Amino acid sequence: MSDFTSSIGQPNAVSIVFFFLFVSATLVITWFAAKKSRSASQFYAAGRSVTGLQNGLALAGDYMSAASFLGIAGLVALKGYDGLIYSIGFLVGWPIIMFLIAEPLRNLGKYTFADVVAYRLRQKPVRIAASVGSLMTVAFYLIAQMVGSGSLVTLMFGLPYEAAVIFVGAVMIAYVLFGGMLATTWVQIIKAVLLMGGASVIVFFVLSRYGFDPTALFSAAAGKYGDKVLAPGGLVSNPWDALSLGIALMFGTAGLPHILMRFYTVPDAKAARKSVFYATGFISYFYILTFIIGFGAMSLVGHEVITRFDKGGNMAALLLAEVTGGTVFLGFIAAVAFATILAVVAGLTLAGATTFSHDLYVNVFKHGQATEQEEVKMAKRGTLFLGVLAVGLGIAFKGQNVAFMVGLAFAIAASANFPALLMSILWKRFSTTGAWASIATGSVLAVGLIILSPTVWVDVFGNKAALFPWKNPALISLPAAFIAGWLVSLLCPDQEAEEKYAEQKVRNYLAVGAE
Amino acid sequence: MNTHARQPDEAQFRELVRKKWTVSLVLTAVMLAIYFGFILVLAFAKDILAAKLGEGLSVGIPVGALVILSACALTGVYVAWANGPYDRAVKNILDSMKGE
Repeated sequence: MSDFTSSIGQPNAVSIVFFFLFVSATLVITWFAAKKSRSASQFYAAGRSVTGLQNGLALAGDYMSAASFLGIAGLVALKGYDGLIYSIGFLVGWPIIMFLIAEPLRNLGKYTFADVVAYRLRQKPVRIAASVGSLMTVAFYLIAQMVGSGSLVTLMFGLPYEAAVIFVGAVMIAYVLFGGMLATTWVQIIKAVLLMGGASVIVFFVLSRYGFDPTALFSAAAGKYGDKVLAPGGLVSNPWDALSLGIALMFGTAGLPHILMRFYTVPDAKAARKSVFYATGFISYFYILTFIIGFGAMSLVGHEVITRFDKGGNMAALLLAEVTGGTVFLGFIAAVAFATILAVVAGLTLAGATTFSHDLYVNVFKHGQATEQEEVKMAKRGTLFLGVLAVGLGIAFKGQNVAFMVGLAFAIAASANFPALLMSILWKRFSTTGAWASIATGSVLAVGLIILSPTVWVDVFGNKAALFPWKNPALISLPAAFIAGWLVSLLCPDQEAEEKYAEQKVRNYLAVGAE
Repeated sequence: MNTHARQPDEAQFRELVRKKWTVSLVLTAVMLAIYFGFILVLAFAKDILAAKLGEGLSVGIPVGALVILSACALTGVYVAWANGPYDRAVKNILDSMKGE
């Protein structure tokens, strides 16, 4: 295989055509959506007209990033079974969203999860705190995605890094700015269908070489690299660290602003529940496909070739597409991967812009007294600002190790956003000061401990030993956020909030007055 | 909307909320037990998952697939319950509120 040549890294005509088709089709949708995106409920929530199935696809689209497609396939290709452990962690947050969060969120909120946290509490302080948690989650996730997209596009097409980041930023801004949530939703749906379709075709090609018997594929891979590829390896070496990462992934999913925001696009709680069920199914199917793709790349492409293109294994799925389906198929899959990046950053930017405008501008700066036009105008400014900022940060972090940022985003989401959200739903005596304390404790601990952890203190700053032993802080920061919220609520009670709890319950469970 | 004028029947409503959280918390506990059980086996008894079932198949592969399927199945159970019996109970309460 040492004479293996690939057209990866060269401009691929098929890929450019497919990508051009995707961008044109989605921009046409954006143009239609633009006519409908004038009111706030249309801009933020697609007029609450998205069906359960559509939202299920869009949720899956928001969640299945290029990192999970290319990254997990690469992880499986190089490490085997350990890649599966990783994807399971990303999946198990979805049932938690369903059981604890989906209905209350849909029935109590309007556009953001801060609507729910601030439902009974004093608007200003709670909105500011929730916005900080929300914007930090979005920002770290966005930087990781932008840097990843620049590097991937450079690897795939040989385009200069800066050009790739600017291009991704410009198209993404166009979707969100003109088409709002409706366009963003359709971009996610198209992307999810293309991604699952493309991955299914790769799996079909791979399995066709092994008589459609996955065990024949696994045993071919084991024949090449030993039985260890079918067994857990070094990923879970420290049980506490594994537990901590598990907690961050499980509860972080239920605190991701761009995911939570999607529940406002469906008409009611019934559709919200259906959409989580569909999303869980789609994401499961997709992770099972990436597992087979990883083993396919291991056995048909091989470690030596995969690491020659990218040390982290990110090109494994693309190389496999080329080996099994030729240059044309490679072009198609590369275009799908690029579309995936675009869709994820669009969803994140919309969530950030909504926090910026709905939570901070309208409910803090204007005391809830803004007209719809002012609100939408501010959301569009926020989109432009965040989009330009994302491009700037993407370029500023070029070549930096940003792998920890997704973990950080999940840790903040699990520690700052999720505890406050759950307590505001479930606990009558949760108070304004308690909410503040919970969000502040969760964010400060999540960010602080990650800086002291091996992923930043050693890998980024180059120190010899980490001051905090685990790679993920959630095992400390999530319980601490709950305890802070509980203690401070008891110390600084909020009479008014307790009185409003009965009304909140009626709206929460019976959807009386839900928007 | 004026929720103060129409309050649900106290006992009926309390029962609804109690049932909803019983179902939610039991399912959450099952999911936590499955996932963290899996992680604990990985951390302390890796060899169980490494054992070979046959040519090209270790215990870990079907176990991993089962964890994934259990997540789907549990969400399915919840949707079936919430969109069925639970929503019917909600509708009953809402109807009796209108009737008052």
